[in-house]
Amino acid sequence: MVRAAFRAAGKSEAFEFTRVESMADGTRGKEDRNEPPDDEAALSARLQRLGERLDSASRPSENVTGPRSAADASAYARGFRMSTELVAGVVVGALIGWLLDRWLGISPWGLIVFLLLGFAAGVLNVMRAAGVVRENRLND
Amino acid sequence: MAVDPIEQFQIHNLFPIATIGHTDIAFTNSAAFMLAAVAVITAFLVIGTAKRALVPSRLQSAAEIAYEFVATTVRSTAGSEGMRFFPFVFTLFMFILTVNFIGLIPYTFTVTSHIIVTAALAVTVFLTVLLYGLYRHGLHFFNLFVPKGVPIYILPLIVFIEILSFISRPISHSVRLFANMLAGHITLQVFASFIILMGGAMGAIGWAGGVLPFAMIVILIALETLVAFLQAYVFAILTCIYLNDAIHPGH
Repeated sequence: MVRAAFRAAGKSEAFEFTRVESMADGTRGKEDRNEPPDDEAALSARLQRLGERLDSASRPSENVTGPRSAADASAYARGFRMSTELVAGVVVGALIGWLLDRWLGISPWGLIVFLLLGFAAGVLNVMRAAGVVRENRLND
Repeated sequence: MAVDPIEQFQIHNLFPIATIGHTDIAFTNSAAFMLAAVAVITAFLVIGTAKRALVPSRLQSAAEIAYEFVATTVRSTAGSEGMRFFPFVFTLFMFILTVNFIGLIPYTFTVTSHIIVTAALAVTVFLTVLLYGLYRHGLHFFNLFVPKGVPIYILPLIVFIEILSFISRPISHSVRLFANMLAGHITLQVFASFIILMGGAMGAIGWAGGVLPFAMIVILIALETLVAFLQAYVFAILTCIYLNDAIHPGH
């Protein structure tokens, strides 16, 4: 009742006027008696809802928030991250290929194969960083 | 009168410490600035948390914000279990942040503009992930390289690519921080040298025209302050993402 009246209060002056009139004709006493417990119930309900919202806001949502969404603090940092990821993949591939060539004497095949693999790894890194491909987790 | 933009990154030996084999180990300006950063962080946290007031002072607030910031980052990316690595991530973040900010002060040395420093940090993270993953999950940790639902005939290729992707992590991790700091400081130095060159070449008109590069420096300093913070944050958050791989159990 209190809440209904409260909600209606914002709607129109005319409605407000009739409500006040109806309150004046004898039912007022009864309403006054009901008001404190009703108000307290509403208050405790609101407190509970607030508590729930605070909980859900402060609790780390481990499965909802992916690691990537937090990483893109700004577009600049994000762009830089992508480029380094790609370059890193290619560099690692080239390095491994070159070392294999030197150790096994299979030049230039190691470099050719691992450069291509490294490029693929770099692209994979970039796609992970961009969130196109899901992060490969153990628990998936 | 040429100004060398690389000169600011030179390492000087301050005093020798020891000789191992034929290698002289010396206390360098880089080491001095690292020590300074550690001293600043220690003073900030010790003095900030000394009173433990319920209503915090400014310094205590700042210390609490630093803690909360890193703790939220760790929790949201590596889960509550990641909090066992909180000291590690917090140390990395505070160290890089402080070192970057100290480097913004004129006439100082930027420790993170040397790739050996950032590589050492990135390799530490890499080895931590690898060793903890192996300790925690044993050989199951290597399932990280074997994605599920891949047809068997391309699986060897995928595994190779995944391994290369894993190995490339410390490289991108370290190069990102190093390149940002290096490029930023070189840009600042180049713009600063424009002022001197113009003044030297054209006299009074040149000095007046020097206002333009000087305005650019003011803008760049603001950008560099952002980058200094952002790169420390990115380094910390990527550390968390990598640690997440090591922590999260393979059921």
